[in-house]
Amino acid sequence: MKRFAWLSVILLASVPTIALAAGAVEGGSKQATNWAAIGMFVGFVALTLAITYWAAKRTASAADFYSAGGGITGFQNGLAIAGDYMSAASFLGISGLVYTSGYDGLIYSVGWLVGWPIVTFLIAEQLRNLGKFTFADVTSFRLGQTEIRILAACGSLVTVAFYLIAQMVGAGKLIQLLFGLDYWIAVVLVGGLMMIYVTFGGMKATTWVQIIKAVLLLSGATFMAGAVLYKFGFSPEALFTKATEVHPKKLAIMEPGTLISNPLSAVSLGLALMFGTAGLPHILMRFFTVKDAQAARKSVFYATGFIGYFYILTFIIGFGAITLVSTDAMFLDGSILEKTKSGIAAIKGGSNMAAIHLANAVGGNLFLGFISAVAFATILAVVSGLALAGASSISHDLYGMVIKGGNANEQDEIRVSKIATLVLGVLAIFLGIVFENQNVAFMVGLAFAIAASCNFPVLVMSIFWKDLTTRGAVVGGFLGLVSAVVGVVLSPAVWEATLGFAKGSAPIKLDNPALFSMAIAFAGIWLVSMLDRSKRAAVDRDGFDAQYVRSQTGIGAASATAH
Amino acid sequence: MSNLAKIERDPNYQELVRRRSSLGWLLSAIMLVVYFGFILLVAYAPKFLGIPLGTGVTTIGIPIGLSVIVLAFVLTGIYVRQANSSYDVLIRKIVEENRS
Repeated sequence: MKRFAWLSVILLASVPTIALAAGAVEGGSKQATNWAAIGMFVGFVALTLAITYWAAKRTASAADFYSAGGGITGFQNGLAIAGDYMSAASFLGISGLVYTSGYDGLIYSVGWLVGWPIVTFLIAEQLRNLGKFTFADVTSFRLGQTEIRILAACGSLVTVAFYLIAQMVGAGKLIQLLFGLDYWIAVVLVGGLMMIYVTFGGMKATTWVQIIKAVLLLSGATFMAGAVLYKFGFSPEALFTKATEVHPKKLAIMEPGTLISNPLSAVSLGLALMFGTAGLPHILMRFFTVKDAQAARKSVFYATGFIGYFYILTFIIGFGAITLVSTDAMFLDGSILEKTKSGIAAIKGGSNMAAIHLANAVGGNLFLGFISAVAFATILAVVSGLALAGASSISHDLYGMVIKGGNANEQDEIRVSKIATLVLGVLAIFLGIVFENQNVAFMVGLAFAIAASCNFPVLVMSIFWKDLTTRGAVVGGFLGLVSAVVGVVLSPAVWEATLGFAKGSAPIKLDNPALFSMAIAFAGIWLVSMLDRSKRAAVDRDGFDAQYVRSQTGIGAASATAH
Repeated sequence: MSNLAKIERDPNYQELVRRRSSLGWLLSAIMLVVYFGFILLVAYAPKFLGIPLGTGVTTIGIPIGLSVIVLAFVLTGIYVRQANSSYDVLIRKIVEENRS
């Protein structure tokens, strides 16, 4: 505990000094050091560290560490899921996309939401009834532990790694812009805080960081959207009219644009967004933090409501930014404006800053500080959830179940988990710095594609399909994983934009591989399972009935608090 | 596990499974059809989504997109309501009857 107190003091004390130092050497692309933002951010960090301290004292068992002892209520978990899911990428990215292309932003919002009902109908309760700490508990319920745990750990870790890198790079850039900090300092700060939350406070601290962040983000976005609508007399029509007048694309922003040009690409992306949600390990893990299946079901309902509401707000915020930011010289880069004559293209810091500038436009410097601090908090909450999911996969699935065959000493397992968190944290910082100047936007898409093509098919087939066998799950799961990764590498986004091959030379024309990688995964699972005549296959099939009864009724499910 | 066979024969259990799966898969199918319907409109008929509503600039695509979001929430609500009011009762009965 002492160690923790010291670490936090050092970290807290260093925030303003670092900022000061960075402010002095400020580069051209950075904002002036924003003291209101830093003050509020320090307040947020202090609060979350206090919570981590409180949670650390109450985190003793593995159940506490992985699942907060199952003591989170459905409503709290709904907020935490929303906090886990509404990343800075979706807040700044979608409002930025609406800012540049209008309607196209809404297409993404819809895609990111529609996975949630599927999770509610087919996965949430079954997951809670069958599992304890990770989704591999569910997929390996009646199948061969070793093979399935390894598959699940690969699927989880690869998903987490790509998602984490994307978040770290985004975080570094964003914080550089918002707070005037150097890129590497921002990345180290995010990684350091993440390691403190997760190693000391486990799931309890992570959950509360996510809840606080969700409340802050929802209230901030509500205020912004409200202020925008207020300026237009609460008439969306008036807002849209003004936006179409000032936007260089005019009326075209009110309909689908060039973002989705190829129909197959659109369907493939839709699949990845919809089913990827149902295969993200850090999201699935949240269902083990509640008391029972009823609470799990309620938590997705609340989460769907919060996330849907939030995406509607980002749409209004994006249009608000078109009308209030792109028309105000204060937020525009004069030299770009002169060249392009477009306020949209000239926005300072790029389109991802649309929501941030809008905060300044409607609420002044203080509110700008608030939204900047919220954006930072958002990143922290998401990376913490990711780190915890990755660490759990290493300690619970690989160490506890594969290496120790399910007989690991609980304290050892927690220790492994903490070490894994530190390793993941250092790795994330390192990769964050390495990838600084790479285009990492595809990484989130890749994470969703892998989740949809490896984790989701195995999970849903293990819950619902009697004839699934260990061999079928392993072969199909790995086929999905590999084809998703290969598909992304050969896609235009990576082949042309990142690897630099000639335009139009990408071997696969789809930006997202989910369409074929999901099909390959499901076909592989089905075919190999059907052909499987091994002894293990008979055991796998015999286990289904007992598993199904438990998934439906919860009889025998891990109780809430395992003290 | 003799208890297993007993639960599987329990009419309450059979009703639970039947009702929950039919509603769950039905609602999933509705969500899939609506969402991919929307995506296909975006891909094949972007101009349809760009038809203005009345005389203003608001297009038909805006309420359509927003209603997919609202529908996701409503469908989830329908499922949770059904589950809270009827599945939980059945589950409680099954658990009580099969306490060994």
